[in-house]
Amino acid sequence: MPQDTPRPAVGTGLADRLPAFLFPRLSGAALAGLLIAIFLLGFLIFPVLQVVYVAFIDSRSGGLTLQNFADFFATSLFRESFVNSFYVSAMSVVVATIIALPLAYITTRFNFGGSALIQSLGFIPLIMPPFVGAVAMSLIFGRNGTVNLMLREHLGFTIPFMEGLNGVILVQSIHYFPFILINLSASLRNIDRSMEEAAQNLGSSGLRLFRKIVFPLAMPGYIAGAVLVFIKVFDDLGTPLLLNVNNMLAPQAYLRITSVGISDPMGYVISVILVAFSILSLWASFLVMRGKDYATVQKGGGGLAKRDLSGREKVIAYGAVLFILALVLSPHLGLLLLSFSTIWSFAPLPDGYTWANYVRMWEGSQDYILNTLLYAGIAALGDVILGTAIAYIVMRTGLIGRKGLDYMATAALAVPGVVLGIGYLRTFQGVDVPFLDKPLAQWWVIIAIALMIRRLPYALRACMAALQQVSVALEEAAESLGATKSRTIRRVVVPLMTGGILAGFVTSFATAAVELSATIMLVSSEADSPLAYGIYLFMQTPSGRGAGAALGIVAVIIVGLGTFLSQIIIERDKKLKTSGAEH
Amino acid sequence: MKKLLTSSVAALGLMAGGALAAEKIVVVTSFPEEMTAVIEKAFETAHPDYDIEILNKSTSSGVKYIQEIASANTADIFWASAPDAFEVLKGDGKLAKIAPNATGIPDMIGSYPMNDADGHYYGFAASGYGIMWNTRYVEANGLEPAKEWADLEKPEYHGHVGMSAPSRSGTTHLTVETVLQGEGWDKGWADWKWMGGNFASVTERSFGVPDGVNTGSFGFGIVIDFFAFSSKASGFPVEFAYPTVTALVPANVGVIANAPNEKGAVTFVEYLLSPEGQKVLFDPAIMRLPVNPEVYAEAPEGLPNPFEDKSIGAAVKFDVDKSGARYYVVSSLFDVMITYRLEDLKAAVKAVQEAEAKHADGSNAEAKALIDEARALIEAMPITEEQSLDPAFNAAFTAVRKEAGDAVEARQAEIEQQWDAMVTENYRKAKDLAEKAAAL
Repeated sequence: MPQDTPRPAVGTGLADRLPAFLFPRLSGAALAGLLIAIFLLGFLIFPVLQVVYVAFIDSRSGGLTLQNFADFFATSLFRESFVNSFYVSAMSVVVATIIALPLAYITTRFNFGGSALIQSLGFIPLIMPPFVGAVAMSLIFGRNGTVNLMLREHLGFTIPFMEGLNGVILVQSIHYFPFILINLSASLRNIDRSMEEAAQNLGSSGLRLFRKIVFPLAMPGYIAGAVLVFIKVFDDLGTPLLLNVNNMLAPQAYLRITSVGISDPMGYVISVILVAFSILSLWASFLVMRGKDYATVQKGGGGLAKRDLSGREKVIAYGAVLFILALVLSPHLGLLLLSFSTIWSFAPLPDGYTWANYVRMWEGSQDYILNTLLYAGIAALGDVILGTAIAYIVMRTGLIGRKGLDYMATAALAVPGVVLGIGYLRTFQGVDVPFLDKPLAQWWVIIAIALMIRRLPYALRACMAALQQVSVALEEAAESLGATKSRTIRRVVVPLMTGGILAGFVTSFATAAVELSATIMLVSSEADSPLAYGIYLFMQTPSGRGAGAALGIVAVIIVGLGTFLSQIIIERDKKLKTSGAEH
Repeated sequence: MKKLLTSSVAALGLMAGGALAAEKIVVVTSFPEEMTAVIEKAFETAHPDYDIEILNKSTSSGVKYIQEIASANTADIFWASAPDAFEVLKGDGKLAKIAPNATGIPDMIGSYPMNDADGHYYGFAASGYGIMWNTRYVEANGLEPAKEWADLEKPEYHGHVGMSAPSRSGTTHLTVETVLQGEGWDKGWADWKWMGGNFASVTERSFGVPDGVNTGSFGFGIVIDFFAFSSKASGFPVEFAYPTVTALVPANVGVIANAPNEKGAVTFVEYLLSPEGQKVLFDPAIMRLPVNPEVYAEAPEGLPNPFEDKSIGAAVKFDVDKSGARYYVVSSLFDVMITYRLEDLKAAVKAVQEAEAKHADGSNAEAKALIDEARALIEAMPITEEQSLDPAFNAAFTAVRKEAGDAVEARQAEIEQQWDAMVTENYRKAKDLAEKAAAL
């Protein structure tokens, strides 16, 4: 590590004392960085370029051109779509913050029964495929959903929850607020108690304490979550499509790319603009965070002091939490009802209830479930390994081009799934897997890799936020006591990052488990199909809705359990640290 | 790991003695699992030496998938409703020319040719287009069932109708084209705009329409017949009617070029076309119209027989060549004028409907003039039928250069922008005029 601060000679090898040119210093970190860069180039950049270069082709002459981009900005529909996408993304961040902040704050700051449960439940919205979420939300909040039918019958008016851009904002906020919740909670847990105590000793309390000390210290987590929400909403297809809102960028791109037989370059132009804008937003978030040090030196504090709530506070806190949970869990309630229903048509509740949907679902779905666990597991594991490595390289080393790794990995966020899917088919259809004698594009592993790439940004943001809170001083201390770089990482850095890494794992796993847009292009045999694809198949038929909902419920339970377990691990991990500090 | 092991073992097994296992036929289809499962089972019973593997993709994903995997093709059959998807694949050279052994199937269904003239794909079932409605919804909103396209233009249906976009769904494209051919270019587009003004939404998937009617999100849907029949068979409170101006078109099956198992693929096509395979279509989960007139003797009650009931699809002499020549222009026009500008269109149509309600007796000449002007603005078309059929004009939309030297005058994005500017301005003006008329 040439740019590192000078280290004491103790423990350095012979190589370090010899002239540098004899040994090209390809340190472990540099080697890892190089491998990651090659991986990202091969499985993200190159396949995507295979698709998006269409955006730069003049359809008349076949030569390279920027004309298509000029067309984009000359088209009022696209300009309008851009403004709508920006507006919806920004408003979704605002609404998602309003939902997430009280949940995160109450559960991390007070002794509150069932905090782990609430954290898990609050996380569940993420694990529903967007198209299923919108179906379920329509059943409850749609123009003839439960709420509106009852309102009309008893009060004579209806509320257009799901109409137009506001509908998109509502569904997106409910769907993606966990990004803020989970990152903010991890951040809040990591704040050094001594900071808060110091402020209290100096006479600060209540809202002022929160505004001046707690929230600023939790900023890295909040920004990490907010940026994810912003970019994700900006790029998300499922929700606007299911609400039939076309005047936004992502649906415009998707509709133009996937129309039967049409090869309109504008769809690809929009994809390029989506990627560019997402990277820009990310860069803006770096600017905001630049030059601020949020690291906690003393890790023994175990986060904010939790205190008991007074009776009145308890009522308010429970009231707020229950209201928010009811809102964010309503899609799941709708899905649960649907999964047990016979016929549900223009009525507040289903006509009748039955187990038949579960029986029908179970008959053909075990494979889907096993495949999903396998793919999402591989993807999430790969993501946290890559995420931790990239976070470390970007924030702790001086490697040239390290920011590039971050930008590359994060660009995946903005690549529409269908573009990645087509890119993989274009790139890997001609590449045979040794010994299997079939194209790489048709091998199930490619689905897991696609999911890994698609979810890497989530894990990366979580790992970065976690690392941002681990002080360099702790590493320097370990190294000055003689630990090697890799031992320091293994024994000091990674353990301190556990919460963030787990958060990243869970986010990646849960969302990969319900991904559809990339996988639908890549599924090449029934036996390799994941769960979301199974739900999609069921939901294509009038009589399959119930069975599809039943499979959706299975997905929610699996991922919900996983989330709950990881919450317990985080809590226990924290308790261990706390008790360790107070012995 | 488990999968890796099983697949490696399977690969070894295949190498050791492929003859032991049933031969695999890979079918890429947009048909729902309920329908494919029934046919798969029936076929495998009749031909135990074959094993069908279904890959379910939407029509557009299916077309893209087959195009992308062509360099090392692993799929044998493409099986979907929309003839135009087959045309796209055929044009790309992705469909094999076959001559299946099938008898008793007429050359035409209604006024539509049953099979591709060059033998690249074959019709195996017929579908008509029409209007489906939710009886509970209709009753609760005090509406009458709409049975003709013109009914859906009436003001009382404002906000109650759903449809998919022709650029998204090949079958919807046929519905649009059927009305354009049945009513003529200008009248047909005027019909679509007045219907569009009553839309609740334009759905992304064609299945979104029956889904919306089934759940009661909207009351009426413009759908392909079997969506309605199978919804009803599943117990949903829905009904269906064929309007006078409809077309009967075949749903198709074709063998993919360089299929790994072409013999098996042809066997599958032959089975679908055989009387035995045709009868499977009567299964309650499928409810599609067979193309072999003989098998209707065993048809379930309520399923129409298009070979006897000549009224279905008789009003339109469907011109396949005309439809093909302007395929992308029609899709794009619909998107620019209706799908992407739905809110503007709805506002303009609503304003006209209100103005007309206020001056129902037509005694106010000034108001009538304003309303007529507004109607003309809404109905105005950016291009004529002659332009829509001009190959040079269409070339801007296909974006496929035949040769490097070919000159194409305009770009699709440029043309769409001009159309968009015109229709948004027209809708805005029409709304102003109608509001002015209503204020009189």
